[in-house]
Amino acid sequence: MARQLTKRFDQFIAVDGVNFEIARGESFGFLGPNGAGKTSTMRMISCMSPVSSGTLRVLGLDPATDGPRIRSRIGLVPQEDTLDLELTVLDNLMVYGRYFDLPRAVIRERADRLLDFAQLTDRAHDRVEPLSGGMKRRLTIARSLVSDPELLILDEPTTGLDPQARHLLWDRLYRLKQEGVTQVITTHYMDEAEQLCDRLVVMDHGRFAAEGTPRQLIERYSTREVVELRFRSGEHDAQAARLDGVAERVEVLPDRLLLYTTDGDASLAAVHHRGFAPESALVRRATLEDVFLRLTGRTLVD
Amino acid sequence: MTVPSVREPPVAPRRATPLWWRGLCYWAYQYKKTWRSSVTTSFLFPVLYLAGMGLGLGSLVDKHTHLVGGVTYLDFIAPGLLAATAMQIGANDAMYPVMGAIKWMRTYFAMLATPLRVDDILIGHLGWIAIRVSIVASAYLAVIAAFGVVASPLAVLALPAAVATGMAFAAPVAAFSATQEKDIGFTTIYRFGLNPLFLFSGTFFPVSQLPGWLQPVAYATPLYHGVELCRGLVLGRLPLSSGLGDAAYLVVLTAIGFLAARRTFAARLVV
Repeated sequence: MARQLTKRFDQFIAVDGVNFEIARGESFGFLGPNGAGKTSTMRMISCMSPVSSGTLRVLGLDPATDGPRIRSRIGLVPQEDTLDLELTVLDNLMVYGRYFDLPRAVIRERADRLLDFAQLTDRAHDRVEPLSGGMKRRLTIARSLVSDPELLILDEPTTGLDPQARHLLWDRLYRLKQEGVTQVITTHYMDEAEQLCDRLVVMDHGRFAAEGTPRQLIERYSTREVVELRFRSGEHDAQAARLDGVAERVEVLPDRLLLYTTDGDASLAAVHHRGFAPESALVRRATLEDVFLRLTGRTLVD
Repeated sequence: MTVPSVREPPVAPRRATPLWWRGLCYWAYQYKKTWRSSVTTSFLFPVLYLAGMGLGLGSLVDKHTHLVGGVTYLDFIAPGLLAATAMQIGANDAMYPVMGAIKWMRTYFAMLATPLRVDDILIGHLGWIAIRVSIVASAYLAVIAAFGVVASPLAVLALPAAVATGMAFAAPVAAFSATQEKDIGFTTIYRFGLNPLFLFSGTFFPVSQLPGWLQPVAYATPLYHGVELCRGLVLGRLPLSSGLGDAAYLVVLTAIGFLAARRTFAARLVV
């Protein structure tokens, strides 16, 4: 729960008075471009970074006074891995569990299941350093679960991973959700947000631009379908001016035009009927990317 | 494949381990897995010095024992090397490991995501360095006892004296390391700090042999006091007042370093 939550660094305001409430068992997402204030928010929620002003309660406790107690009940997957590269996969889980004062036997027993869960069982006794990025990320997630957290905080869990590794991670996170673990996720991937989040906020310049379920946001800020047209570079502005009326809204991007419409095929037919000859044309369903574009006038991943 | 169950049977309640001790346990665990690489520098090195200089060079020097206070040269440098080794370990372990835990491996940030607080992280790390100094110092004391250097039962107190010497370097160096972006500063510490101290703080020859204007500089350095303390205790010829003064110097420097490190660690880790 946060009220007017703010984070300042000297003159710069990273998080500018945001309000939100996350329910137990929910998967809540912070979607936004780099520098939007997602990580600062996450670091405050995980009680690693003090709140500049406003109120924050995590698991009903105040991070300013109950940091260690809160952190003993949450699992953090930071943006950058903090694994010990010189130790083995299993040792990383062992030393991390010790921070939570878990008896060795308990960690050992959980580690077996977590390694299985992260598909790292056969690497248990290998050093971490040579592992692939996806394996390290899965190990970081497994490690964050050693303490059996009620709340899992994931800061860009799949950034830098190949598609296969991402899908594996999504699957693991979905299972945790079914187990009732509350998840807070930041991402700048709209597909990730759509996959993982029950509810999300779109963040830009330290503020929330919108809030809702992925479905609601798309309905509210976009049409059902989108037609993407590519013309020869440099012609997009000129072509857009002549496309008036074929769609509810036309968005001009440097490399393409987006026509927002309820019926993509009909709109595309109208485009061809008017004699346009785009180099390529694509009809697709609207996504959170379109929501973001609408709200901020910019694309998420540039 | 099964998903880990979320609720488990409660663990029997027991006294909670202090948070800083959990941090210390990490370094101990890490050391247990990687200690082999450090044995050469931390233990073999001083023993080689001892053999080469104490026995080899000592055979020449011993014709002039009045210069080193009437003891053999081996007796003279053996306790001095104890203090110098404590300095090396204390300083070195507060350089790269601290920087690595902030910048490379980011171990401190892993710890911060758990119940540990900044102070726990700092105390845990410094505590581990103290333990490491005492492990090496104990082994070294056993070796010089075997060489027949130890002349007094007070020599057991040389162990805490060595630890105090190590910490008088570890704490301020840790404070410095937490402010650094690159390891170039460490080279400077070695070049202009530790190496000159090693040579000119009374380890290998009495400070009274230095040119007059340099002697006050040597007296002001922490290693001088560590050397005096260790030597006096091992050889059993330490005037109480000067021994207390040396110890107080080291303790005060450690305390100042610790307070500085609390600030620099907090500034670096809590943003």
